[in-house]
Amino acid sequence: MTTALTISQLTKTYKNGKKALQGVDLSVPEGSFFALLGPNGAGKSTLINILADTVKPSSGKVSFLGHDLFSERRWCKQRLGVVPQEIAFDPFFAPRDILKIMSGMFGVQPDLKWIEELLNRLELSEHAHKNARQLSGGMRRRLLVAQALVHKPKVVILDEPTAGVDVELRKRLWGFMRELNASGTTILLTTHYLEEAEELCDHVAIINQGKLLTSQSMKSLLDNVGSSSLVLEYADAKTISGDIKNKLADFCPRTQDNKVILSLKKCDGHSNFNDAYQAALACWGEAISVNIQDEDLEDVFLRLTHNGASA
Amino acid sequence: MNWYGCWTLYSRESRRFLNVKMQTIVAPALTAVMYLIVFRYAMGDRQVPNLDVPYFDFLIPGLVMMAMMQNAFANTSSSIMVGKLMNVQIFLMMAPLSAIEITIAFLAAAITRAVVVAVVLLLVLAPFTNIHIEHLWMILFYSITGSIIMGGMGMIAGMWSKTFDDMALLNNFIIIPLTFLSGVFYSVKQLPETWQVVNHFNPFFYLIDGFRHGFLNVGDTDPSQAIAIVSIATLTTVFACWKLWQTGWRLKD
Repeated sequence: MTTALTISQLTKTYKNGKKALQGVDLSVPEGSFFALLGPNGAGKSTLINILADTVKPSSGKVSFLGHDLFSERRWCKQRLGVVPQEIAFDPFFAPRDILKIMSGMFGVQPDLKWIEELLNRLELSEHAHKNARQLSGGMRRRLLVAQALVHKPKVVILDEPTAGVDVELRKRLWGFMRELNASGTTILLTTHYLEEAEELCDHVAIINQGKLLTSQSMKSLLDNVGSSSLVLEYADAKTISGDIKNKLADFCPRTQDNKVILSLKKCDGHSNFNDAYQAALACWGEAISVNIQDEDLEDVFLRLTHNGASA
Repeated sequence: MNWYGCWTLYSRESRRFLNVKMQTIVAPALTAVMYLIVFRYAMGDRQVPNLDVPYFDFLIPGLVMMAMMQNAFANTSSSIMVGKLMNVQIFLMMAPLSAIEITIAFLAAAITRAVVVAVVLLLVLAPFTNIHIEHLWMILFYSITGSIIMGGMGMIAGMWSKTFDDMALLNNFIIIPLTFLSGVFYSVKQLPETWQVVNHFNPFFYLIDGFRHGFLNVGDTDPSQAIAIVSIATLTTVFACWKLWQTGWRLKD
């Protein structure tokens, strides 16, 4: 499998001493729809800004489509489109002109047909002649997406592109991104909408405090790391005595209101559901209701970033 | 070289000032006319001592050059400053443009604005004066080098400044004093000897004097010495800008 991006031991220490990245290693397969997740201040934007050449790294290497990103910047930049997290717009020009200028700065004669298609797909056609100052926040963000795509890059990085964009429009935007991905464009995405990442992305990496916690396919993350729990509801609240705690040590028992929650594990592809259920029966008797709760990306994300440990 | 990208950046920087003509072209012309009205009546038909030219004719080339220098400085410094504050600078950094291409595009736009302002000023002032072109090559040489030096300084000021306050500091305490004390309003020969020497350390003095020489055929400096100094200052400025863009000074920290 070829990689769009191979990041090795990337570090960044800002002048104020803040260590934003502490030796990140990451591979983004070519053609993937890759989610880069992490809480605020995890180092995601620093990583993206280094790739975009708006921040200098302290050390490390990045290979971009087989080329060294730092020594062959021009080659790499011509094939990379970045949607920055912060809204930015040139107050002197209208969207259509901004796209023509952006295309020209990439050394590409503006492809007017493509520019019109971008304006149309991002629902900016009606506003293409207005000054960028007259656009709403959501429109400005869509303009940023158009700017990143105007030179038809092979790899697109989107740093929280849907913040402030309404639900309907967000869905259409993702539809467009899916099409681009299907036509071979590699997409690296950061977002706070984890259900979106789960739905769209085939690969996922989670970083926290400048370190990579995990990077794997979305399916394997959810299969292997994402575990499930057995939830037993009783008529009254149960307490977990020291004795019971020892007996159920394998299931990390915990309570929540009238519920008892036991963690399930997979072993050789089989869940230990039956063992957990029998053990609960022995301790507390029959429950009013029994449910199995699967961990989703959000639970995995919270568990990994709160533990801070490598998965 | 990404010549098309360089051309696009140049046209962006030129269109930016053409989009706000009132502020960038009409306002400097009006300022210069007001200076002339004030000095015309204050000085009357007085001659400049030692140079034997009417004070009014002496003043015009200096004012035009001063306007060129200020506009070249404003074009680059304001673009970079607004770019920083509006976060638009990232698009420049993300584009496949090398440091030298960015330097060339910004300086070429600064020259364009300075020349447009100069032509407008000369056209406005022409009916009031008898000056004419004596040495076209001198006028062109000092217009272009002056715009490059000031455009380059504007670029460095834009990169250095984090706020409009920083920019105002540089403008009010360095650029304006150097411009006013460069011999726009007086011949250095009118100054006491010590100040004449001090004036020779002001690079702007050579630009004003050389440009004026192109119109009046008289000057306060030795032309070949002035050309050498201005050429060195121009190359140094371009080199500094190129290196600063290359390292991303105060932009990519």
